[in-house]
Amino acid sequence: MTTIILFAPLVGALVCGFGWRLLGESAACLFATALLFLAALLSWAVFLSVDGPAQHIEILRWIQSGTLDASWAIRLDRLTAIMLVVICSVSALVHLYSLGYMAHDENFRDGESYRPRFFAYLSLFTFAMLMLVTADNLLQLFFGWEGVGLASYLLIGFYFRKPSANAASIKAFVVNRVGDFAFLLGIFTLYFLTDSIRLDDIFAATPEIATQQVNFAWSTFNAAELAAFLLFFGAMGKSAQLFLHTWLPDAMEGPTPVSALIHAATMVTAGVFLLCRMSPLFEVAPYAKNFIIVVGAATAFFAATVGLVQNDIKRVIAYSTCSQLGYMFVAAGSGIYGAAMFHLFTHAFFKAMLFLGAGSVIHATHHEQDMRNYGGLRSYIPYTFWAMVIGTLAITGVGIPLTYIGFAGFLSKDAIIETAWASGNSFAFWALVLAAAMTAFYSWRLIFLTFFGTPRWGHASHDHDAHAYVPADGTGSAPLVGTEHGPNDHGDHHHVPHESPAVMLAPLGVLAVGAVFAGMIWHNSFFGDHERMVSFFDMPESGEHSSDARAGDAEAEPIAEAGESPSEAAAESGAASEVAPEETAAAPGEGAEVLAAPLGGAIAMNEASEHVLEAAHASPVWVKLSPFLAMLIGTALAYVMYIRRPDLPRRIAAANRPLYEFLLNKWYFDEIYDFVFVRPAVWLGRFLWQRGDGTVIDGTINGVAMGIVPTFTRAVNRAQSGYVFHYAFAMVIGIAILLTWFTITGGAE
Amino acid sequence: MLLSLVTFLPSLGALALLLLRGDDAASRRNAKWIALATTTITFVASLFILARFDSTNPGFQLVEQRAWLLGLQYKLGVDGISVLFVLLTTFLMPLVIASAWDVEHRLKEYMIAFLLLETLMIGVFVALDLVLFYLFFEGSLIPMFLIIGIWGGQNRIYAAFKFFLYTFLGSVFMLVAMVVMFGQTGTTDIPTLLTYQFPSESIRILNITVLGGMQTLLFLAFFASFAVKMPMWPVHTWLPDAHVQAPTAGSVVLAAILLKMGGYGFLRFSLPMFPVGSEVLGPLVLWISAIAIVYASLVALVQSDMKKLVAYSSVAHMGFVTMGIFAANQQGVDGAVFQMLSHGFISGALFLIVGVIYDRIHTREIAAYGGLVNRMPVYAFVFLLFTMGNVGLPGTSGFVGEFLTLAGAYQANTWVAVVATTGVILSASYALWLYRRVVLGDLVKDTLRTIQDMTGREKLIFAPLVAMTILLGVYPSLVTDIVGPATQAMLGPVQDAQAAFEAQTQVAQVEEGAGE
Repeated sequence: MTTIILFAPLVGALVCGFGWRLLGESAACLFATALLFLAALLSWAVFLSVDGPAQHIEILRWIQSGTLDASWAIRLDRLTAIMLVVICSVSALVHLYSLGYMAHDENFRDGESYRPRFFAYLSLFTFAMLMLVTADNLLQLFFGWEGVGLASYLLIGFYFRKPSANAASIKAFVVNRVGDFAFLLGIFTLYFLTDSIRLDDIFAATPEIATQQVNFAWSTFNAAELAAFLLFFGAMGKSAQLFLHTWLPDAMEGPTPVSALIHAATMVTAGVFLLCRMSPLFEVAPYAKNFIIVVGAATAFFAATVGLVQNDIKRVIAYSTCSQLGYMFVAAGSGIYGAAMFHLFTHAFFKAMLFLGAGSVIHATHHEQDMRNYGGLRSYIPYTFWAMVIGTLAITGVGIPLTYIGFAGFLSKDAIIETAWASGNSFAFWALVLAAAMTAFYSWRLIFLTFFGTPRWGHASHDHDAHAYVPADGTGSAPLVGTEHGPNDHGDHHHVPHESPAVMLAPLGVLAVGAVFAGMIWHNSFFGDHERMVSFFDMPESGEHSSDARAGDAEAEPIAEAGESPSEAAAESGAASEVAPEETAAAPGEGAEVLAAPLGGAIAMNEASEHVLEAAHASPVWVKLSPFLAMLIGTALAYVMYIRRPDLPRRIAAANRPLYEFLLNKWYFDEIYDFVFVRPAVWLGRFLWQRGDGTVIDGTINGVAMGIVPTFTRAVNRAQSGYVFHYAFAMVIGIAILLTWFTITGGAE
Repeated sequence: MLLSLVTFLPSLGALALLLLRGDDAASRRNAKWIALATTTITFVASLFILARFDSTNPGFQLVEQRAWLLGLQYKLGVDGISVLFVLLTTFLMPLVIASAWDVEHRLKEYMIAFLLLETLMIGVFVALDLVLFYLFFEGSLIPMFLIIGIWGGQNRIYAAFKFFLYTFLGSVFMLVAMVVMFGQTGTTDIPTLLTYQFPSESIRILNITVLGGMQTLLFLAFFASFAVKMPMWPVHTWLPDAHVQAPTAGSVVLAAILLKMGGYGFLRFSLPMFPVGSEVLGPLVLWISAIAIVYASLVALVQSDMKKLVAYSSVAHMGFVTMGIFAANQQGVDGAVFQMLSHGFISGALFLIVGVIYDRIHTREIAAYGGLVNRMPVYAFVFLLFTMGNVGLPGTSGFVGEFLTLAGAYQANTWVAVVATTGVILSASYALWLYRRVVLGDLVKDTLRTIQDMTGREKLIFAPLVAMTILLGVYPSLVTDIVGPATQAMLGPVQDAQAAFEAQTQVAQVEEGAGE
């Protein structure tokens, strides 16, 4: 069944990409969509039925060289099942939505067929993403990892005539490759240490790795820490964490359904998935985990600040995604992989919905993306409005405090904030709480600017051509522009925003259900109830199961040095955590035996992480209330600034010009990177080519050659004609004669 | 007989062409068809080699031996390492001939040159005698020299000479080394030489102690030849010039097959015959390879000529090959062979891709293009696929070789692996940027307004390359099943010899320390 889920999108992609001429455009697109719905149905069946230890399904041999042995294979456990549901559901809905959204796209000319290509890319992406999450070894995971990168590249650059889209697609691919660079080195490290790249073998070897030292480049490192760091750098690229985030906002150049599927719900969460998948490794790498918490929290905070001032509706949501990914990383870094997956799961619903809602707004306003040109759209596109409001309620975390009743984000985000507090990292906790306030502010700002206030879209018509993305200067293409974007064409639907067709609204409705209920239904399984969580993820019973405590020993020593470590923090929190250090002291003799028992289950949690979980459950009331209060403050501020006093934002921006510019320009990351990396690389390339190849190498060799060769040739010239081809032909003939003679005489002997 | 047949079939075709008279359209057509038929038959014949090849046997197979003049032997044979290069050559040659279909200038001679070249290239891979190998190896220079010098671009004379002199100079050292080897062992038989242990005691020349002694010196001599052929940094500068000036078909052969002779030489001679020499100089070679990857990628980034860009990317990819070989472990060597085969398909295809638009617009300047996707969707798709292969995307054959060689290098030296892995980032940068500038964007240039998409003939040329790139990316076992046993058998003795040498040097150092 999983095999069908896996290959249905591939079939869809191939049929759409190559068979659409036979089937017809619409039929091909419908076919791909139908296959995705089939996959989605089956994946829900898998999700609800999967139980017990991981299943392995072998498909085909892949790369084999010595002990390095990777096959195409499926690993099916709870973690896979969660991702299957997320990917297939969102993908199916996005396919459906795209039937409407992509029906008429003014970036393409009359008679150009772009829809099958779009659907082929979407399905291809889904296939690659499924390969990623079903991988049984690191190499297949990397295949999916790069495959989604390719699909992302293709889809961001889907409007191939737009220079900005082309630039963004390259940026996305290259920045991701920076992460892949570390990911690859992580794979090599693990292969070097364990002589295998199969996940099971690596998990089995984690306790052993944790005690090893390994030489890497300039120094010697703890093996587990090194591998964990390298893999995390890979995850940072894919999940757009701070320093490698710059591609995500630019990725909004792609069509909006793409943003919903790839850059909100699925691909960008691959990094989080990687951490959860490799949890047995991360559980023995406490330094790496601390680093993950810090990076995640910093990203959540940074992205939220930038989101406050952006004017492009999709960029606001993009930064919001970046910020929410930071939350997930904080949870994973704290060892509470359940909470990370929980937020991943709920986030997929409400963020996809926000993006599709934004797409519906953009569709309604004739491809206008600047929120300053919206306003008062509430009564024109009521369904979209309500969908967006539900999405916003979900992302800002509205619910009834101190209960488990609320929108999806209320449960999952609060779980992470409690986790952050329990992990003892106060920077992470406060960064996340502040980010929660900012999340509420920019989310409501988006709603207020778009749907409330006075309509501003009437004035936008004059600069409309700038958004049509057809170069206005091209004299040759002027006739084409004229026929396509004639003023009469626009007049009808430009001034009156119109509600989107049913194929676009239906996915919004489905996702809305998820955004409302997903949190409440699965809260206990992912995070809330310890017992349920253990059986949900098929983890060994903690406490009774000795291996858990033992694995805790393996890292007890680094913890003592780390200071800001999870277990110590848990101790401060008053949870029953004095056990950990005691056990360390008591059980050194058992060390050797202890190391043989790795952590089991779809996700692994060692003793320290268990304590963080308990502390999170037992966190004081003010901690549980803090995200809610932060949300209220953010919402209130947005209300005041964009409903009560619409002149206020401009005045604040004017009063704090440097800060506003700093945020508006995204902390100047792009400019700095251009200056530090891109220009020097090009300069160095030019230098090496002209000076290195030209002057030094050719110069030296030619110098020598010119010194020797002429004298040599002069000497030879006296005997021969000195004409280039005569030499050559003489050599050919000479060798031919020689060969013939040898053969004949040799044969004669 | 099979190997001789495959080797000399193309020359028979060349002979037939020589008898062809006249230079009118009819005789040109005949010449083309004769050449195409010959190369195709050769390919079919070479499939029988594969069919009769037993991949579980790591030794030489299908061996033919005959006496020759002066006590020399005519000896051919293939093992798991060489058999696939033979197939690569026979597979590509019909495509190369087909790509030269529209050449008008001295077509008959052009075809003769390629057919002779095919014989010589196959000969290099099947020769099991030093002298024979040398003849084929050097002989292959001549047709290539002519192809560049006669059918090349404006600067063809300079490029042809540069190509000839660079590679020929390197080979002189190899010839000297071969003579020394014959003096030492009294045989030129390669299988015998492979089992012979050349002395590795340190010797002193001009007051310099040469660690590894004779092995190191012989290694260096062979290295001079193969490194130029590969080409390795810093003796790579002939390649961009040769590629830019060579006609499309010549570039394809050069990149796809001729360069592989260097890598094959490393695997046939340098590593198994001089394991101690490889041990002594291995770290240096690893570093040169890593530098080549980064250096060539950076230079590729700033090229304005498409062919030069692809040529520099070839240098970078050959860096992965030498790195894998001298990592001297299973993954490294398997990866190196795989990378060479895969590069044969991918870089060959990339040069053909440049050729497709060069035939139409007659310039290789990147700036002269842009927006081709608007009028050439099939071309854009093929270009994208091979760009991704060049970038090393998993699922294409480019990935397998890169991954395996890097995994091998990591075990040998992590620093080298780190530096070389940055190639992953750089290759994405230059390849995608090229693609963007040529294919994407709006089509605004007047010269491109009427450009036509690929013709049926061109599609037929690319189809096999596309198929192989994806097939080997998804099911690389096709190659590794054949290569694996052979490399394993080769590496066993190599690693033993290296370990013994290491132990010996340590003992020597200890004794030295005690002596003082």
